[in-house]
Amino acid sequence: MTQIRRTRSGGRIDRSQPVRFTFDGRELTGFAGDTLASALLANDEHLVGRSFKYHRPRGILTAGSEEPNALVGVTRSPGSGTPNLRATQVELHEGLSARSQNRFPSLGFDIGAVNDLLSPLFVAGFYYKTFMWPKSFWNRVYEPFIRAAAGLGVAPTAPDRDRYANRYAHCDVLIAGAGPAGIAAALSAAEVGARVILADEQAEMGGALLHETGATVERQPADRWLEAALAELAANPRVTLLLRTTAFGYFNHNYIALGERVTDHLAVPDPDLPRERLWQVRARQVVIAAGSIERPLVFPENDRPGVMLAEAGRIYANRYGVLPGRSIAVATACDTAYRAALDIHAAGGSIAVIADLRERPDEALVAEARAAGIRVETSCVVTGVLGRKRVRSVLLGRLRSGSVTAAGTVNADCLLMSGGWTPNVSLHSQSRGKLVWDAERGAYLPGAAVQAERSAGSCAGVDGLAAVLADGAHAGAEAAREATGTAHAPRQIVAEGGEAGIGWVLGALPHDRDAARVRAFVDYQNDVTAKDVKLAVREGMHSIEHIKRYTTTGMATDQGRLSNMNALSIASTALNRPVPEVGLTTFRQPYTPVSFGTLATTSRGDLFDPVRKTPIHGWAAGQGAAFEDVSLWKRAWYFPRGGEDMHRAVERECRTVRESVGLFDASTLGKIEVVGPDAAEFLNRIYTNPWLKLGPGRLRYGLMLNEAGFIMDDGVVGRLAEDRFHVTTTTGGAPRVLAHMEDYLQTEWPDLKVWLTSTTEQWAVIAVQGPKAREAIAPLVDDIDLATEALPHMSMREGHVMGGIPCRLFRMSFTGEAGYELNVPPSRAREVWEAVWANVEKLGGCAYGTETMHVLRAEKGYIIVGQETDGTVTPDDVGMSWAIGKKKRDFVGMRSLARPDLVAEGRKQLVGLLTRDGTALLEEGAQITREAVPALKTPALGHVTSSYVSPAAGRPIALAMIADGRARMGETLHVPMPEGAITVEVVPPVFVDPEGARLNV
Amino acid sequence: MTRFSFWELARKALNAHQDWGDQWRKPEPKPAYDVLIIGAGGHGLATAYYLAREHGVTNVAVLEKGWLGGGNTGRNTTIVRSNYLWEESEALYDHAMDLWQDLSQELNYNVMYSARGVMMLAHTVHDIQVFKRHVHANRLAGVQNEWLTAEEAKAFCPPLNIGKNIRYPVLGAALQRKGGVARHDAVAWGYARGADKYGVDIIQNCAVTGIRRNADGLVAGVETSRGFIGAKKVGVVAAGHTSTVMDMAGVRMPLESNPLQALVSEPVKPCFPCVVMSNTVHAYVSQSDKGELVIGAGTDQYVSYSQTGGLQITTHTVDAICELFPMFRRMRMLRNWGGIVDVTPDRSPIIGKTPVPGLFVNCGWGTGGFKATPGSGHVFAHTIARDDPHPINAPFTLDRFRTGRLIDEAAAAAVAH
Amino acid sequence: MLLIQCPYCAVERPELEFRYGGEAHIARPESPSELTDEQWADFLYMRSNPKGVMAERWRHVHGCGRFFNALRDTVSDRFLAVYKAGEPRPAIEVSAPAAPNKETGR
Repeated sequence: MTQIRRTRSGGRIDRSQPVRFTFDGRELTGFAGDTLASALLANDEHLVGRSFKYHRPRGILTAGSEEPNALVGVTRSPGSGTPNLRATQVELHEGLSARSQNRFPSLGFDIGAVNDLLSPLFVAGFYYKTFMWPKSFWNRVYEPFIRAAAGLGVAPTAPDRDRYANRYAHCDVLIAGAGPAGIAAALSAAEVGARVILADEQAEMGGALLHETGATVERQPADRWLEAALAELAANPRVTLLLRTTAFGYFNHNYIALGERVTDHLAVPDPDLPRERLWQVRARQVVIAAGSIERPLVFPENDRPGVMLAEAGRIYANRYGVLPGRSIAVATACDTAYRAALDIHAAGGSIAVIADLRERPDEALVAEARAAGIRVETSCVVTGVLGRKRVRSVLLGRLRSGSVTAAGTVNADCLLMSGGWTPNVSLHSQSRGKLVWDAERGAYLPGAAVQAERSAGSCAGVDGLAAVLADGAHAGAEAAREATGTAHAPRQIVAEGGEAGIGWVLGALPHDRDAARVRAFVDYQNDVTAKDVKLAVREGMHSIEHIKRYTTTGMATDQGRLSNMNALSIASTALNRPVPEVGLTTFRQPYTPVSFGTLATTSRGDLFDPVRKTPIHGWAAGQGAAFEDVSLWKRAWYFPRGGEDMHRAVERECRTVRESVGLFDASTLGKIEVVGPDAAEFLNRIYTNPWLKLGPGRLRYGLMLNEAGFIMDDGVVGRLAEDRFHVTTTTGGAPRVLAHMEDYLQTEWPDLKVWLTSTTEQWAVIAVQGPKAREAIAPLVDDIDLATEALPHMSMREGHVMGGIPCRLFRMSFTGEAGYELNVPPSRAREVWEAVWANVEKLGGCAYGTETMHVLRAEKGYIIVGQETDGTVTPDDVGMSWAIGKKKRDFVGMRSLARPDLVAEGRKQLVGLLTRDGTALLEEGAQITREAVPALKTPALGHVTSSYVSPAAGRPIALAMIADGRARMGETLHVPMPEGAITVEVVPPVFVDPEGARLNV
Repeated sequence: MTRFSFWELARKALNAHQDWGDQWRKPEPKPAYDVLIIGAGGHGLATAYYLAREHGVTNVAVLEKGWLGGGNTGRNTTIVRSNYLWEESEALYDHAMDLWQDLSQELNYNVMYSARGVMMLAHTVHDIQVFKRHVHANRLAGVQNEWLTAEEAKAFCPPLNIGKNIRYPVLGAALQRKGGVARHDAVAWGYARGADKYGVDIIQNCAVTGIRRNADGLVAGVETSRGFIGAKKVGVVAAGHTSTVMDMAGVRMPLESNPLQALVSEPVKPCFPCVVMSNTVHAYVSQSDKGELVIGAGTDQYVSYSQTGGLQITTHTVDAICELFPMFRRMRMLRNWGGIVDVTPDRSPIIGKTPVPGLFVNCGWGTGGFKATPGSGHVFAHTIARDDPHPINAPFTLDRFRTGRLIDEAAAAAVAH
Repeated sequence: MLLIQCPYCAVERPELEFRYGGEAHIARPESPSELTDEQWADFLYMRSNPKGVMAERWRHVHGCGRFFNALRDTVSDRFLAVYKAGEPRPAIEVSAPAAPNKETGR
């Protein structure tokens, strides 16, 4: 027998389209338009999950996103399921495969349920009081046990292959929630011509209108009017309707994040569609029309499968054509549950009793129910249910002046309950709007707005369909007026039916049971009982935040949507303080959980961070270069030939450069054009070096400090003309240096006439280094005299290469060999590179990468900012006092260099190191000590900053920063390694051509 | 006070747990104390606890404008490690690490210190150099830290993607095996209960509005929302609000308060065995005992006391998590929140005396103060009790910003070449 | 994400286009060499870090590239004014009522 609880007719499901799905491997059938929850209920399946802590059997409690119990894992392909989905939100599609969670071996028989037997021990906060002995057991025994028992679903194990998309959007009015208030707001706002986004988390728009079968709007049945209203909105090009889209976060300055689930409801998703889409909306005005949420009653065994919120029962009956049980009891403190009972009755359900807590509920409602043949008991409280995996019967009690006497048992397999309604103030609160306690309604309502938002409809405490529609229309018109400046009367919408939710109760209900033995749940998923809340208060947890954290109430995946008000009320009673004085825990984003995929959108792989490639990149890749990541750039690291490893390739490249010529792509260096009459003065203030007297056509190595006196960047600067400099920076430092320069120029020295332009992408840089460098480029240079007399080391000329390609030709070296850097337009760079390459190849040269560049410069003792320096190093520390203009009265960082610690004895200084045995290669980062086996916690003298096998030196070499290093030349020190210390000798940090003779060939 | 134990739990269960008492009292403030601590976060409560326990200074009150443990203590991602670079930092954080080992037993409160290992990923050649420098320095200092290849890192944390298909492939990692996590609330509660046991008054909902000094310039007490409270010594442990409190004493601080965000996923069964951090791609993740993935995001760029930050900060972190752990794209963010962190120019804390006699400050922990909680409280208590810093916190003076003797842990993330 | 008005471009743009520049109106001393270490440290490091109205620098780095100043309430993150570099701080001292969060008593 399938779908035995399906009504004969009615509902918004498509009975002509059966849909097959599986739950825990069992094949079941529902209809198109069902949720997983409604389809399970149609098959009379209430037991859907297990609770977090006690592993108690749990059923379907709600019909919406606030569901705490019926969480399932939905799998599309092996290893790639999504855990913890609410069955109430999962739309049924053909072949849907869902599994229950947090149970072993099966949902019906779960070993973890032993925790339920131990629940007298496992009260709130129990783990803070035990599991401490023996100490070693925490990591080995207790924690693994706790971890295994905790958690809900199973995380996916296979990489997610789906795509996610991102949209930025702007609108005049964003409306969160497309129930009656939201739709009325949209109609009114759209009438003004406002750009409107209307978003709703459900599969259909309409909210309560989808199940208000008795109500009429504009004298039509509610669903008929809804259809027309949605058609009107859909036809308006200024209105965007977003289904299955949750406004989950309300951020600063009216920035709202929406998560759209695009394809999860489809059996065969269109591969062109993303699975989910993040909308980041800047809205001029926001209308929050998030509705209200029915509250459970807190009575013993209120968590048994079959216990359900009353309105949820009504939704299942009216919208999905499903009766939530064979025989249904109703327990309520609120009028709306009568409507649920009557609708279910009308749909063919059997209502065993309506037990109303109130002494005198609305007489008309009671009369209507009784006229339908429904038994109504007033002053009647549910004191428990019998049945473990499904409600079997309901215990009733008679309330008289606060005390309860047993009033019999009613056979029922379903209990619908209503404790009244909690306005959904989450988004308003996220926007940092205030909340106001309304003692009349027993609810927090939105107070003054802080951002450009307003709440409308039942989330603002407005009751009844007609009033909600009017409030929504008014809010929409007001929001549109403020956003667009155009005033327009709100749409008048006449409605009848859809009664107000009068009546409520908060906190634990009185009962006649043995208080020590029964448990009434406040937070279902986290298994927090009324007793837990009271225990927390007893133990001194008086702040509501302490209560929340100690008991974990409100911390489940429904974020306390069902539990917070009851917990608050119980705490308030225990503390003997009125509810508003107890406080309220913070509403945090996201409103409902959002997949990481939605948040990460398209950001993966190469889209995680932009990849910067030089114009030579393709050539290098073609040569089989290995690349390294340096900031955003991909830099050629080395060019292995014929199966060489890095070590061999680098050794060959190094030798080749020193013997003949090497070609190096230096395009990633940052470049800044500094122009203007005060350009030299500006550089004089920014760099440690003097610039005023540098002649046009000359280059100078520049050292830049931060204001704290520490080296922040370096690079060669060329003076093109009196008023024009070509500045280079490190690869990673370029944006930082430009920002640094702009900062000083704009805010400290706005009087200087200087303009800064990033030219990093305007010049590709081809470095040609080695004794045959001139030979390699000479045939290609059109109009620049390369003779050393005409173009000595550290000078530059502007001219052309290869018949008219503009070139800024620098004669400079970062290798210690004679060298040139050809700055050419990137569009022509590959062509120039290949021409130079042809010559280099003929001369027996090679291309080399960053590793060889590092070795060659280390052989010469040239520092790399970020390798020899680490943000704590001064020019003197690296032996570069020569780079400081002695006559300058000020430059950035100069004053800091005079601070006590920067002139103190014992600072770490740059030196060279040679290993005693001449073969051991030191590890970069290794520490240097006086003793071979230093006592523990002996401060090291310093560390190895660079270490390479030097083909030129014929042995490994290293650079190091060592305390008082320059005074230690010749000293023997030690580099302790795990396998023993390496003995080293301190030497000057220049290993090749200390006189610099090779630069001037 | 009842001693916590399994047997006590079982005994109390017999009477339905009706017999548990307050974990800490709710005293009215006395007119004066020997020491006032401003701020009942982990560091402030630990300070009070060690003042009483180690130094016999029990006439102490901890003033808290909200609820104890409600600031960064209750908002952080609870990572515990000590593999810092500089000797000063190594000493401080490893001191805390030593105290973590027995903290549950010491406090008779299970703080769930879980030594599951903290692994820091290297994604560039520069990262490797920096992390190896840490490993070597730490070894000499007796601080646990070891270098792992990418394959070893994967073996230690199986979900880790060490493929070359990500933007910044994992090249290796530094691992501190005794690093891990602890239960943040329990740390605050354990210290509160412990301090209370020695007679320390913890006064919540008591906002400090002024610091009073006598004619000689010495601290005389504080003005609060509950009246004036006298004190011979005042210790400010107010994290993001330190500048505001110190301003009441006319002391300017080298601090900026920034929003710092964190988030958790929905709880799932155990799927993540350790803590993984990556400075390069900005991701910090572990799995709580409850099953939530706990993820630390970055700071917003501006000063703010709003305890909220931008979505772009959160999404950037989630981007990084999904790069490193591509199976987690189907996990879902459950909660996202913000705290206010006080950041110093060298990213190291300030613990010590101030220009005002009798006024002490412990601040500037930035994004990483939780791990230091026991050590921080321990040395700060010493500093207050003796009016002289403990050798471990002696370098962490306010004066270092004058002399330039900075302890720049940001150097670890220095300029990439 | 903040929405920031650039006073040069006269447009509101998302925070992504801007780079924060820290506290405003901290002028670099004319003659640093004449300052004591204390005075220099004050300039380098000491910040008012106010809870309330703060004058701060922003740079429209992905727009016009210009630095400007803003007054912002650091409790509500609401901007009270933006003004060009070099202009005096507007005389707005009292912020609009901050947005204390009633739930947690911040």
